[in-house]
Amino acid sequence: MKHEASIREPLIIGNKSLHDISEDIAKPIETSANKWWWSLFLLSALAMLWGFGCIFYTIGTGIGVWGLNNTIGWAWDITNFVWWVGIGHAGTLISAVLLLFRQKWRLSINRSSEAMTIFAVVQAGLFPLIHMGRLWVGYWVFPLPNQYGSLWVNFNSPLLWDVFAISTYFSVSLVFWYMGLIPDFALIRDRAIKPLAKKVYTILSFGWSGTAKHWQRHEVMSLVLAGLATPLVLSVHSIVSMDFATSVIPGWHTTIFPPYFVAGAIFSGFAMVQTLLLVMRKVVNMESYITIQHIEMMNIIIMVTGSIVGIAYITELFIAWYSGVEYEQYAFLNRATGPYWWAYWAMMTCNVISPQLMWFKKLRRNIVFTFILSIFVNIGMWFERFVIIVTSLHRDFLPSSWSMFSPTFVDIGIFIGTIGFFMVLFLLYSRTFPVIAQAELKTILKSSGDNYKKK
Amino acid sequence: MKEEKKYYNSLNHNVENINKANEFDEKLPLEAMMENADTLSASSTTRRDFLKFLGFSSVAATLASCEAPVVKSIPYLNKPEEITPGNPVFYASSYFSENVFGSLLVKTREGRPILLNSSHNPLYGGGVNARCQASVLSLYDSNRLKKPLKNSSETSWNVIDREIVQKLKNSTKKVVLLTPTIISPSTQSLIDLFKSKYSNFNVVVYDTISKNAILSANYKSFGKRFIPTYRFDKSDFIVSFGADFLSEWLDPAHARQYTLNRKPENGKMSRHYQFESLLTVTGANADKRVPIKLSDQPKYILRLYDFLLDLANKKSIKTSKTQHDDIIRDVANELWLNKGKSLIISGSDMIEMQVVINAINQLLGNYEKTISTTIHSNVYSSVDDDIINLTSDMNNNNVDVVMFLNTNPVYTLSDSDSFKNALSKVSTKISFSDSLDETSALCDYVCPDTNYLESWGDLNPYTGFYVLQQPTISPLFDSRQVQDSLLKWMGRDDIYYDYLRNYCKNNISTNWNKILHDGYHSNKSNNNSLKYIFKDKIDNNILSKSSDIELQLYLKSSIGTGTHANNPWLQELPDPISKVTWDNYLTISPAQARDLDLKNWHVSNGALDGDMVNITVGKKTIKCPIYIQPGQAYGVLGLAFGYGRTEVGKSGQNVGVNAFSFYNNFSNAQTENIIIEKVPGVHEFACTQNSHTMMGRNIVKETNLANYLKDPKSGNKQFLLHSHKGNVKPSELSLWEEHERDVHFWNMSIDLNACTGCGACVVACHAENNVPVVGKEEVRKNRDMHWLRIDRYYSSDMTKEIAKKEGVGAVEMYKKMEEPSDSESLEVVFQPVMCQHCNHAPCETVCPVAATTHSREGLNHMTYNRCIGTRYCMNNCPYKVRRFNWFNYSDNTQFDYHMNDDLGKMVLNPDVTVRSRGVMEKCTMCIQNIQKSKLDAKKERRKIKDGEIACACEKACDTGAITFGDAMDKNSRVSVEKKNPRSYYLIEELNTQPSVFYKTKVRNKKV
Repeated sequence: MKHEASIREPLIIGNKSLHDISEDIAKPIETSANKWWWSLFLLSALAMLWGFGCIFYTIGTGIGVWGLNNTIGWAWDITNFVWWVGIGHAGTLISAVLLLFRQKWRLSINRSSEAMTIFAVVQAGLFPLIHMGRLWVGYWVFPLPNQYGSLWVNFNSPLLWDVFAISTYFSVSLVFWYMGLIPDFALIRDRAIKPLAKKVYTILSFGWSGTAKHWQRHEVMSLVLAGLATPLVLSVHSIVSMDFATSVIPGWHTTIFPPYFVAGAIFSGFAMVQTLLLVMRKVVNMESYITIQHIEMMNIIIMVTGSIVGIAYITELFIAWYSGVEYEQYAFLNRATGPYWWAYWAMMTCNVISPQLMWFKKLRRNIVFTFILSIFVNIGMWFERFVIIVTSLHRDFLPSSWSMFSPTFVDIGIFIGTIGFFMVLFLLYSRTFPVIAQAELKTILKSSGDNYKKK
Repeated sequence: MKEEKKYYNSLNHNVENINKANEFDEKLPLEAMMENADTLSASSTTRRDFLKFLGFSSVAATLASCEAPVVKSIPYLNKPEEITPGNPVFYASSYFSENVFGSLLVKTREGRPILLNSSHNPLYGGGVNARCQASVLSLYDSNRLKKPLKNSSETSWNVIDREIVQKLKNSTKKVVLLTPTIISPSTQSLIDLFKSKYSNFNVVVYDTISKNAILSANYKSFGKRFIPTYRFDKSDFIVSFGADFLSEWLDPAHARQYTLNRKPENGKMSRHYQFESLLTVTGANADKRVPIKLSDQPKYILRLYDFLLDLANKKSIKTSKTQHDDIIRDVANELWLNKGKSLIISGSDMIEMQVVINAINQLLGNYEKTISTTIHSNVYSSVDDDIINLTSDMNNNNVDVVMFLNTNPVYTLSDSDSFKNALSKVSTKISFSDSLDETSALCDYVCPDTNYLESWGDLNPYTGFYVLQQPTISPLFDSRQVQDSLLKWMGRDDIYYDYLRNYCKNNISTNWNKILHDGYHSNKSNNNSLKYIFKDKIDNNILSKSSDIELQLYLKSSIGTGTHANNPWLQELPDPISKVTWDNYLTISPAQARDLDLKNWHVSNGALDGDMVNITVGKKTIKCPIYIQPGQAYGVLGLAFGYGRTEVGKSGQNVGVNAFSFYNNFSNAQTENIIIEKVPGVHEFACTQNSHTMMGRNIVKETNLANYLKDPKSGNKQFLLHSHKGNVKPSELSLWEEHERDVHFWNMSIDLNACTGCGACVVACHAENNVPVVGKEEVRKNRDMHWLRIDRYYSSDMTKEIAKKEGVGAVEMYKKMEEPSDSESLEVVFQPVMCQHCNHAPCETVCPVAATTHSREGLNHMTYNRCIGTRYCMNNCPYKVRRFNWFNYSDNTQFDYHMNDDLGKMVLNPDVTVRSRGVMEKCTMCIQNIQKSKLDAKKERRKIKDGEIACACEKACDTGAITFGDAMDKNSRVSVEKKNPRSYYLIEELNTQPSVFYKTKVRNKKV
């Protein structure tokens, strides 16, 4: 057993025993939902259905129902895509990278953040599909053998790399998440009274019996998957950023993009974890496990990544000036002072200035402030993608083609729909899945539980 | 059925017993319905089997009713000898509409005319403008009449003929044929015959746009009403006072002549001064453009005359000082130096002014050198008073029968209400219009004329030139050529074709086939040069009254006088200057708009909105939007003709406002009683270009002739990159391997000095490549589908140099650069941009499915059926030339243009795919033509000749701005152009290595 210095704050508070943990975590699954859950669920489901309606309308009528034009071929679609992919970064980072770094505080939040990752990637994955003019032949992006001889995909295209990057990331994250869930499902199964629940959780827990051999394999598997997932944390958003970085458009054509996007992704991912967990810990009574200490840790990560993002923004500006390239210089001047200045300054305020407030310990341990800030960061990161995509495209090389973008109700509907879809998945998850990796959490109770630490 | 069942109605009744015998009145014809009716009852079909059959047949019926492709191709029963399916057949023909003559080579496929190429205009060469290019679509206009009409209902020709002949015979008063100038000699002789048959028959000539001033002025100066022909190619110094001669003044073929003397490679270029009120295409191309008020025009012309008289040591006339006396003085001096090699023209509708213009040209000795009095242009001839007299004749009940040929006075007359009144007093009104227009809707009989592509004809556009018009398709509907109608009504049995041949044989030449093949016949002019007889004193008090606000009415190269207003290609063709489509509007100078608090602004999606105004001229008021036009003279408003049609068909109906209602006294310059006032309301424009300056970038490179002569590379500085190898061209620093080049390397050269910005190429590209029309709403959203666009840039008052000198910061500088210059020295440049066919194409690397790829021949291919529509290529194209099919544009009622009806679809080029929604498209360099020529050459075992392949835009370009060819062939024109020091690549710094290159614009400004 690991020893932990007594000056470290306990990670589990409230005088919990091992059984208490089982009880607490199984409780949301074994009790029925209150009206708050139901009303949020209904609202989300409504938004989701509206979004699906907009998607079907798009597929049935044509991409023209969006606000795009000859100059701006991507706008909210790819903004939303990158935003959701970015959000989907925290989970894997927490469970894989922090696992390798032996950060035990991850244990109360890794399950939910991984769930968030998967649900976010589901939303993200929707956009590359529906943004296609001809979705019905979208499978051509896969290198499938075909009757046309040498007809093959174009391996030079970053969009193709995206296909592989996103699908790999999604599948690895899913497997990793599920591996962790197996012992916890077994707990639910063992406690289940209703026959249907028993049956379902029996299937889900894959016959887990908790023998030493099972545990050993589980540990090894987790480590291997963590090793596999860690490079993916870096690769996915690097590759997404290459959609832009490998192009010729001023404002896109930037070598700084891969690290900048990864930092931004972690930044936004943690912000979304904060947003969700701050609500969840209250609703399902997990304050003993997701403590102020956890929140502060995440806030520190937000502050650090926010600073990296800020430096990246400033570097971009500097390089634009230093390059001496007219188009590049104009692109950045136009971002800050052109018709979309408000988007740029919204991004700057939310992403660069606001996280700096986290230097104050009082603020980063304040739950209300953290919640508001996490929303700010989410908004800021959405605007970052909007700024990169739309303000770069809308004024590129030839002024004759300069244009502007305005979203239609379909653009907005689809975005709101994905938020609804995401919330529906997360709400369902929070009542049917063990929201904290209890089996793993129990391993630190005796080293980091407040009752044990006091001894 | 397996077993006989018993059925009961009730317990007492056995159904079989009751009705076996008399259930049906007659015995059912079961034998006839089924083959083995006897064995039916013995068959083993169970209820289950029955349900299976039912299930199968309902599924089968459902599936069968699903849409299956309906193939509407009808094979030839007897294949005509000259037609090979898949091969085009070309016919020489000609076009004459709206007083514009065009000499054509009509491309037909499987008997359908689908594209009009410019043939040799016998006098000028070229001369096929955008409207002429687009007229092939008017042939397939679904609004055309399918049958003759009597009182608005369809009838037969027999009824028409019987009744009209009766009316003609019974008529005691005048019978009038109202027509624009007829330049067909055989038709003229036919009319003469008609006159001899019906002595009360009169012809009244009414040209929609009056050129009465020039005609009458020449009568005063030379004793004959005529329009001379001009030689812009022989003029070294051209001064135009408001004459838009490159586009809409007398003859569209002037542009070609003009550019002939604008080639800097020859070491000299003509110098062109333009004094004008609106910004026209001609003004945009001028070396020096001076915006002046309409009412100042006479003052300037007189002043110039005065200065010239001074130079000629003749008695001067008293003139007052103008605002630009220094420029006028320069012009006078240069004109004097270029005596006999200069040309001065005016677009004025004042006879007195045209007389002065003639006097100046006479003083400069330009007649018979740059202006011919021996070869006349016959396209205009009307006398303004004739139509007015006709109206009063009709009012006085002096007219029994009136016939309208190619004319629509109810729409085009300024006082159309009184014309309508007068018309109602005529008992028999006959229109030959091929579709229902404002006038024919009021007629008793509509005898639809055939389209010119369905008709025989002859034309005599210029003295000594005889041109034939031959049909390229049989009449699509039950329409009849006017001449045939006239013959019929004279009681003759022959047809016009025979009449025409006889006429030709007797009067022109016996070699009919040769004329038909060549398209024209020329004989030496018999005219003697006319003597200048004007002796009167030039009156220097002819100044028109000046007022605060004046209105100039003008013609747009797209819509013209509105005859083709229902042509969606033309509606969607952007105005060369304003880049607005589907509209006319009141143009106003920026300064005046500020003074009147009128605004144009961009909404959130970048589209342009504008304030509405009420413009009143005399007693008439029209509510219309304003468009702020840089370069326009303060105090002058502009409004284009041709819009506001109320009876024209689905595309042109109620688009814009009718400017003809202000065409008082047949004068395009209205200078009196004009009031403009802002009214509530917002107008939505559909512009294809919303940023107007080059933002200090090297996009259109320009130099001055003097600099060019010193250094041919002037204005075309090679862009160099700093690298470890020193300063190198971008192409020397490449990430990519070069493409192999072994057979062909297709290149295109675009001479910015020859491009006048007219837009004929855009229409030709539409026709050749089945480019869809998307309509106003979509154009407004910046989703036009033009594969080829013409960018128009204004100069700005802010440049990098000025900013540096004045210490203006970058943010401020760029803000100011966005604004077009507000000064008189505003300059305009045009640049046609299509896919540049980059050899290091940014679009090709990013497509995930390799739908856009590079060909071995230097072309950037677009494979429509591989495209999945990610639009990544569109984003990564630095030239933004890719066009996405946001919707289905064919067979879609949302886009109810020609591709939504079977008739309109006949214009589609069978060699080019009609794209479906969700795919990207762009210029292919007319790859279908390249392929055709390659196959032809292969069959004939030869190499492709230079010039054999021409892109549609190249063929449409009158001024020869576009040259396409094989750069692998060292002697090809394009190879030679490539080495021209004026050549450059657009955005060369990106090293996209385009296959299209541009040549710098050279102006000949006074140094």
